[in-house]
Amino acid sequence: MTVARFWRRIPQRYNLVGTKCNTCGDVFFPPRAFCPHCRRGGDLQEIQLSGKGKVLTFSVVHSASDQYSDQKPYVLAIIELEEGARMTTHIVCEPDEVYIGMPVRSVFRVLDEDGTDGVIHYGTKFVPDE
Amino acid sequence: MVEVAVIGAGMTKFGERWDASLRELCTEAGVAALEDANVSGEQIDALFVGSMSAGRFIGQEHVGALVADYVGLGGDLHVPATRVEAACASGGLAFRQAVAAVASGMSDIVIAAGVEKMTDVGDATDVLAGAADREWESFAGATFPGLYAMIACDYMNKYGLTREELAQVAVKNHYHGARNPFAHFQNEISQSTVMNSTMVASPLRLFDCSPVSDGAAAVVVCSLEKAREFCDTPITVLASAQAGDTIALHDRPDFSTMGATVAAGNKAFAQAKLERKDIDFVEVHDCFTIAELCAIEDLGFVPKGTAGKFTAEGETQIGGKLPVNTSGGLKACGHPVGATGIKQVWEVVQQLRGEAGRRQVDGAEVGMTQNVGGTGATVVSHIFRRAC
Repeated sequence: MTVARFWRRIPQRYNLVGTKCNTCGDVFFPPRAFCPHCRRGGDLQEIQLSGKGKVLTFSVVHSASDQYSDQKPYVLAIIELEEGARMTTHIVCEPDEVYIGMPVRSVFRVLDEDGTDGVIHYGTKFVPDE
Repeated sequence: MVEVAVIGAGMTKFGERWDASLRELCTEAGVAALEDANVSGEQIDALFVGSMSAGRFIGQEHVGALVADYVGLGGDLHVPATRVEAACASGGLAFRQAVAAVASGMSDIVIAAGVEKMTDVGDATDVLAGAADREWESFAGATFPGLYAMIACDYMNKYGLTREELAQVAVKNHYHGARNPFAHFQNEISQSTVMNSTMVASPLRLFDCSPVSDGAAAVVVCSLEKAREFCDTPITVLASAQAGDTIALHDRPDFSTMGATVAAGNKAFAQAKLERKDIDFVEVHDCFTIAELCAIEDLGFVPKGTAGKFTAEGETQIGGKLPVNTSGGLKACGHPVGATGIKQVWEVVQQLRGEAGRRQVDGAEVGMTQNVGGTGATVVSHIFRRAC
């Protein structure tokens, strides 16, 4: 990912800031400026997410793109946060540890590096919370 | 609207085509389609080309113009050429644009083509990951097999699908591919081959995944009225439907149901005024084995959760109740991404003309296609009948 594209997302990548629609109550992560359910009837405001959630589905990835090949095999999952928003993320755990319904919490981690001299990308991953 | 028919179809052999560049693949398929339709370049009004990512695969954009030039429609004839992109549904969408151009009366005879040259690149996994949400799926480590693996994980948990049932999708598609001389893989495989193959993204193994292929396909469409001037058995387009969904898998209410397939399928059946039982065979988007099971359920052919059993009982093989992917599907016929949607139409044409040889479905009169972009953010579906 280019540096500029990464910078634009800093608050969301580091702090799990989403948006909540006051009309329908749905919570979105990454933040949306426009509610896909209420459309022009929506009323969005920022919300700090707790970072606690559970695993909805997962896979252990053995064949990765070059960017993540040094981390394989890794646990990829879709999680649902307490507030209701869903996201795709790495779970930092052993491949045989993960299960559907596993409670998880967010942590601040290195995501990847642009080679030995490049920028190090930091962001959110999740770990088991039991 | 003008009734539309397919009057010609051609495709290249799919596979590792180190012998051919993108323009050569397109020329091979395009010339075959024009010869099959018995039309000449002067009669072509427009060209639509489906390509997912020529820009990243071979560094070539402006693919519409390139293809038009090399099939002899550019320089002298100045035929308008448009590139169409919707990830893996680019081909199906290019076909839909061609149908719309004729149905609207804006054009008379139109070519729809699809192409992808994938084996000359280093990191196809990363290029393909661009069909998902780059910033919030791919950047979190999601590969395409990983995303479909999460669909499979959810599906197995909800419906008790077994690993053996899932493997049968690949076994059946290789059985069909072995009967298609244009297929990437023309060998039959056993269940144990699938079950013992390398793990890609659990629970999906190498033989659950469609391959990286090169290839092109092209079809010629015109009004049904005009079609009889060119051929004895025009293939009528009874329905052309498209539907969308969220770009990210994680934003779907049910990971095991592709909402866009449900919506596109319902629209297609309503347009065609047909029931599910009227369909003799279907070409669906089996980029991964699990996707074929979801597709035949979401199109309404079998209840949710039962497609694995239906497949294991042989009902989706030629001779079964609903032959699925007689071409070999993406798994065995190959998946040059932009070409796949057009290849599905090519297969329907072969079947409805009765020219499918060793994989012919007896008495085939009505066929259907379902082409998926990404994890289901775009779905294109068509229904065809042999004109009598």
